[in-house]
Amino acid sequence: MFAASRKRLARWWILFLSLLLPLLWLVKDLLTNNLGADPAQYLVSQLGYWALICLWISLAVTPLRRLFGWGWLIQHRRMFGLYAFFYASLHLLAFATFLAGWRLDILLREVTERPYVIVGVLAFILLLSLAVTSTKKMQRRLGRRWQQLHYLIYPASILIIIHFIWQIRSDYAEQLFFSILLALMLGYRLYIKRRS
Amino acid sequence: MNRKLFSRNTGQILSSEITPESIYKQRRQFMQAALSVAALPVLGYSSVLAAAPEYDIPTDLPRYAGPDWMKQKIAGAAHNAAFSVKEKTAPYYHAITHNNFYEFGTDKRDPARYAKSFKTDPWQVEISGAVAKPGVYNLEDILAPHALEDRIYRLRCVEAWSMVIPWLGFPLADLIKRFEPTSKAKFVQFQTILDKEQMSEQRSSFGTIDWPYVEGLRIDEAMNPLTLMAVGMYGNALPPQNGAPLRLVVPWKYGFKSIKSIVRIHFSETMPETSWNITAPDEYGFYANVNPAVDHPRWSQATERRLPATLLSPNIIDTLPFNGYADQVAHLYKGMDLNRLF
Repeated sequence: MFAASRKRLARWWILFLSLLLPLLWLVKDLLTNNLGADPAQYLVSQLGYWALICLWISLAVTPLRRLFGWGWLIQHRRMFGLYAFFYASLHLLAFATFLAGWRLDILLREVTERPYVIVGVLAFILLLSLAVTSTKKMQRRLGRRWQQLHYLIYPASILIIIHFIWQIRSDYAEQLFFSILLALMLGYRLYIKRRS
Repeated sequence: MNRKLFSRNTGQILSSEITPESIYKQRRQFMQAALSVAALPVLGYSSVLAAAPEYDIPTDLPRYAGPDWMKQKIAGAAHNAAFSVKEKTAPYYHAITHNNFYEFGTDKRDPARYAKSFKTDPWQVEISGAVAKPGVYNLEDILAPHALEDRIYRLRCVEAWSMVIPWLGFPLADLIKRFEPTSKAKFVQFQTILDKEQMSEQRSSFGTIDWPYVEGLRIDEAMNPLTLMAVGMYGNALPPQNGAPLRLVVPWKYGFKSIKSIVRIHFSETMPETSWNITAPDEYGFYANVNPAVDHPRWSQATERRLPATLLSPNIIDTLPFNGYADQVAHLYKGMDLNRLF
């Protein structure tokens, strides 16, 4: 029992620090003045990118657990989800601060007129509702409705991939890669549901 | 086929041997400049063409000289203050590491990484279509009669960022005149080199651009004195990631019009296809004039971020119609609905 919990704790720290690395890397680039001519754009896109990756990791938990028997992953799913929310928050904050300079006219214009920004903001609102209800206490209080609420992760992930696809200029290799992953992960869940 | 640009065998005086107007004007200006320098202590007079300023290039950054004939050209370059903005130029480092040159990758840093060994000498340019003197010319011959000018222009990217860049080049108009366009030459199309060996993105299966990259101008736009053929920047030859050895600079249009690494200039009667217009016609028009009043469907064009920016100062400024060059070019579009013809 003691050994198992120590193993779990070790895993928790490894995962926690691994997912913190991208942020530390960005901070290192920031401190060494290595973010390029357009640091705001770079920072915002990198933060968004890592928000997406963390969300995709949290969505991969169910398929990986079922297919490879990695049951321990489920213990850390909350962390993956909260990391996605963490990077998404920084992404939004960096956008408002560094790209829009907190100019309300620009923020208002972006949030009302830019379809890909609107989709991104909607996804963030969904993630926010999941993050604030992510505690054990909220889980208990909401009971059955908690699970139903947390199904919002699926529409959120679809909004996020749309947000990403909407920014394609020419090359769409990355967008295609993450779309296929998402289709596989969501498709697998539909498959399981049909079968049961 | 490689043909020499200027034949000396014929008894006739070729029109190309007659000094183009801009050249003798420049010579005149140079004389004036020389005189004014002599008169400087007395009059405090500043000239139109002056010695090219020294740009600060840190020693740890690559600088490009080009072949010997290019070095000579560059050494003789003069600064054209009348065609330069008085804004702060971007540091060289940022100008060579923040590039959209999709042939070498779509990340801003990709061109600096992957264009390092791009071969830009020898280089040939094909002149074709509605001109009296079509042919394939060596770059050296293309440049031969033109004196280089140092001009500081704003560069406004369609992605809503901008930089101020000191180019070395000569007016496209002077080049065009040498090839004697016929009355059918209503448009000019430019083409970037197609070289899948050297340009990784041209091999990509996931790009939407149909290579080679092509761009175009209406002939009166091409003949406007602002339109520059550049071979250098910051007092040196162009780095490969900035479109060496020969690129277009059209400062009142979005940056994607300023096509890089040109191998073909074609004159036609009909409006040519342009790469971004083929890729997304509702987003990128043929004209692509900088216009704060007409948004890109996915983002606003009302403001821009003047680079380099820092995190603490995003450097957001209002975008100007025609990128601030309205006085020089607005007349070209008189009577046109620029909301429709964006």
